[in-house]
Amino acid sequence: MNTAPLLAVDGLGKAFDGLVANRDISFVIHHGEIVGLIGPNGAGKTTLFNCLAGFHTPTTGRIAFEGRDVTGSTPEAAAALGIARTFQIVRVFQSMTALENVMVGAMLRNKRVAEARDRAEEELAFVGLSHRADTPASDLTVSEQKRLEVARALATEPKLILLDEVMAGLNPTEVREASALVHRIHQRGIASIIVEHVMEGIMPIAHRMLVLDYGAKIADGTPAEIAENPAVIAAYLGE
Amino acid sequence: MTTGTTLSRKAPISRKAMGTGALLALAAVLPLAITEPSQQNFLILILMGAQMGVAWNIVGGYAGQVSLGHAVFYGIGAYTSTMLLTTLGLTPWIGALAGGLLAALFALAMGWPCFRLKGHYFAMATIAVAEIMQILVTNSDFLEGAVGLYLPMDRGGWGWLIFLSKLPYYYIILGLLVLTVLVSWAIERSHIGYYFRAIKDEPEAARALGVSLTRYKLIALSVSAFLTAMGGSFYAQKEMFIDPGSVFAGTISIKIALIAILGGVGRLTGPVLGAVILITIEEYSRTLFGSTGSGTDMIIYAAMIILVAVFSPSGVLGLLGDLRRHLPGAKPAAVKTEKMEVRP
Repeated sequence: MNTAPLLAVDGLGKAFDGLVANRDISFVIHHGEIVGLIGPNGAGKTTLFNCLAGFHTPTTGRIAFEGRDVTGSTPEAAAALGIARTFQIVRVFQSMTALENVMVGAMLRNKRVAEARDRAEEELAFVGLSHRADTPASDLTVSEQKRLEVARALATEPKLILLDEVMAGLNPTEVREASALVHRIHQRGIASIIVEHVMEGIMPIAHRMLVLDYGAKIADGTPAEIAENPAVIAAYLGE
Repeated sequence: MTTGTTLSRKAPISRKAMGTGALLALAAVLPLAITEPSQQNFLILILMGAQMGVAWNIVGGYAGQVSLGHAVFYGIGAYTSTMLLTTLGLTPWIGALAGGLLAALFALAMGWPCFRLKGHYFAMATIAVAEIMQILVTNSDFLEGAVGLYLPMDRGGWGWLIFLSKLPYYYIILGLLVLTVLVSWAIERSHIGYYFRAIKDEPEAARALGVSLTRYKLIALSVSAFLTAMGGSFYAQKEMFIDPGSVFAGTISIKIALIAILGGVGRLTGPVLGAVILITIEEYSRTLFGSTGSGTDMIIYAAMIILVAVFSPSGVLGLLGDLRRHLPGAKPAAVKTEKMEVRP
């Protein structure tokens, strides 16, 4: 089944009562691909993430992961299949240390505490937070908390990671570091979909960009194609 | 640097182990020094309170699911072992286990719908379940209703766990407390303990990491229910009489939760400290006000809830931790030098 794409979304729609947040969205993600997901505020990016990660059940359409229908699965089932996510507003476990946060992620694949700790130490080193391992997560800076969420998600050994605005609010140096981190995730063979407003962070590293506007997909192509697409320019700058 | 961290990681564990050993040895010899039966009874009440609090802490502290209906498990424990003893002549050794299992099953059945509710709504649902249960038992002819059940007086000894002296009861409840603490400690150190804390802190993030909320909340509630029911069986054996008002009452639910909250939720030793404080105050107020003061315990509970909520949400243990940080010592000195470095 290696020929099946990692993720195939077909005609996905999500409505909250009368409000349509996603309409008829179709796309595929290949193994190890870096895909940027952009669009104006309220375009439905986070709703799409929530559908993919099992937090929302789509109203219409289907989601297939490695050829298997996973439409409407629970978040815990999605995590077990290999779909990990971070949150737009960070949700670290405040009462735990940085290391313990990542251990909770590692425990998905290995329930032994000592082995989960080893695994967590590796992931903390991967995102460059080893020196903060024993610091309470609540004492980390926002930038560090975002990296901690990435480490925690990676510890679940995903095949696809959904990164929700990991670069927002970072200074230019930190944005470059975050871009480098996404690239290293790609080198591990893990695909990523990145919701981002920070264009200088996402454009240089993305293989492909998806653009949403008013809940629908309006463009799908390389960063260079997207930058010249009239529909995208219109969506961002107005007609 | 590396040796420093390993040392600081290892040192508190061995010190903790030594402290626990010393405390246990003290608890073992204490009733040999205090021989007055009423005072031994007072010690037993403290251990009973501590055992309930530690059991409650598993679900209410670690997993953060505040139950205000734990009397339902206490009552199930007391009634199951007593009914098995009076009707089938079964030893309470087995009766207490049966009560624990029945309470755990009941916890699964009530947790399934109740855990769909979050926060305060879950707490309110647990109150409702406990109140309904008390009314059902009060109106049950099979369980002798409001009249209550007497344990048979003609039996005694370790086979039936009925004694004239207080001393055996002291060691039984001490053993049950140690068992409860050990279960709690094992949970705290395993992946289950990490999952409980994750669920308490950020349930949505826990789900994204593959943690099933329903499954782990049910584990927390049923383990807690099992241990609470064992405490209920012990109560029946000690008092030799139970009725709905003494084991299913709402005040018991409040007391169980308050012991843990007062001492410090989500910490192994918090409820033990809470029991020492709460039971001491309760007993002294009883001797002070006598029968005219019936209901004073409720006033005291209410006052304590307010005090904890306003001054120290992390309980007395949290308060002690804050104090230690503010006392002169090694840590504040380190902070001082840091500040001095910043100035120039």
